[in-house]
Amino acid sequence: MSKFLAASIGRKFLMSITGLFLVAFIAVHLIINLMLIFDDSGELFNLAAHFMATNPVIKIMEPLLGLGFLIHILWSFYLEYQNWRARPVKYNKKDASTSSTWASRNMLVLGALVLVFLIIHIINFFWVIKFEPHTLDTVIIGGEEMEDTYTLVSNLFKGSVAYCIFYILGGLLLGFHLSHGFWSAFQTLGINNNHWMKRWHVLGYIYAVIVAVGFSVIPLYFLIKF
Amino acid sequence: MADKILKKLNIKVWRQKNAASKGKFETYTIENISTGSSFLEMMDILNNELIEKGIDPIAFDHDCREGICGTCSLYINGRPHGPDTEVTTCQLHMRKFKDGETITVEPWRAAAFPVIKDLVVDRTAFEKILQAGGFISVNTGGVPDANAIPVAYEDAEEAMDAAACIGCGACVAACKNSSAMLFVSAKVSHLAKLPQGKVEAKKRALNMVAKMDELGFGGCTNTGACEVECPKSISITNIARLNREYLGARLSK
Repeated sequence: MSKFLAASIGRKFLMSITGLFLVAFIAVHLIINLMLIFDDSGELFNLAAHFMATNPVIKIMEPLLGLGFLIHILWSFYLEYQNWRARPVKYNKKDASTSSTWASRNMLVLGALVLVFLIIHIINFFWVIKFEPHTLDTVIIGGEEMEDTYTLVSNLFKGSVAYCIFYILGGLLLGFHLSHGFWSAFQTLGINNNHWMKRWHVLGYIYAVIVAVGFSVIPLYFLIKF
Repeated sequence: MADKILKKLNIKVWRQKNAASKGKFETYTIENISTGSSFLEMMDILNNELIEKGIDPIAFDHDCREGICGTCSLYINGRPHGPDTEVTTCQLHMRKFKDGETITVEPWRAAAFPVIKDLVVDRTAFEKILQAGGFISVNTGGVPDANAIPVAYEDAEEAMDAAACIGCGACVAACKNSSAMLFVSAKVSHLAKLPQGKVEAKKRALNMVAKMDELGFGGCTNTGACEVECPKSISITNIARLNREYLGARLSK
């Protein structure tokens, strides 16, 4: 294992696997979130959030997800440092935009900005729901008492234009990160050839747009409607 | 129609006495260059003028000047082999430049390619990677009958496309991480696609990647810049194949 992670391709394998794990998580997260805008009474979202908080499968996945995030983030800084060291003397004049996309060259910058968003996002919601549930109101849906997470989320967006814009930016940044990250993960795993090159790119762009639009549309909805 | 003449050009070029010295940019002015001349011919003319002035001529690599040997290099105006696609520097023509322009000429920049003098870098690292596994050592016997070993058309084509690599190092120069993955993947692919090369495919992938890492090349982040700047347009699908070969070989060991 240590030999595998010492090799450049082994190191990239770890980035790719954790990245795809996070891609799957984001899809689930987006589906749950979209319930915020399809039911203004908040019942649908509260039920979904309650299900996610109590479901045994999700409970097992939660620490794994934390680990996935940690590895993907910390490892990326280490790899970027190594790549940076491979060119001790930099070029005086560079014309990089003719041969590669901006996102592909700035995955660490995009990732770091998503990380800033992630930290504030966790403080806003996850922390409160997980460790300070007593500060939340409760609602009774279908005879079961549960935390009113809908009010927690909707109040943040209704009460602050700044937060709405911040969350829209967060969604867009994640989209840009995925516009390169999605297909790149499959390339690193070796699951690519002449036929699949275009397909992975198209699928990656579609997924990136769905994520960027999907997450941005929620704060936008609260911004416009309330 | 006669070629146009570029009346005046400023050539901003990296000068470095030897591997140990620090090096710096010098700007030289050159006049009346035909747009029909190649970039290296322009460098020759400039060097003649420098010699007449008693200045040490600029050292740069060149050999066949037909775009097939992989000896010439140069990072011109921010791009390996300059502002044209699918050409080596010797096949780059001055018609790609404007009159009065300042052209910046730098050597390949990578920890694994140290500068020897001016624009000449030491690309022995590529030879070392090849020595680690870029060959076939199994006994393949005498010349077989033409169709005795069936090879699919697509496999033959992909192997030939990968074998087009001339080992110039533009992929390393273009890569933001100075990664040699395109070079190594081309060398692994053109052998792995054919029956004789398949025998040692696993060992080859493991050894060549290990050598590549040891020599200080960076990791691949799939920007795709190498494929665009490669004078032979080697596809990055070869990198996917190398990843596949390597991961498979690791798993089975």
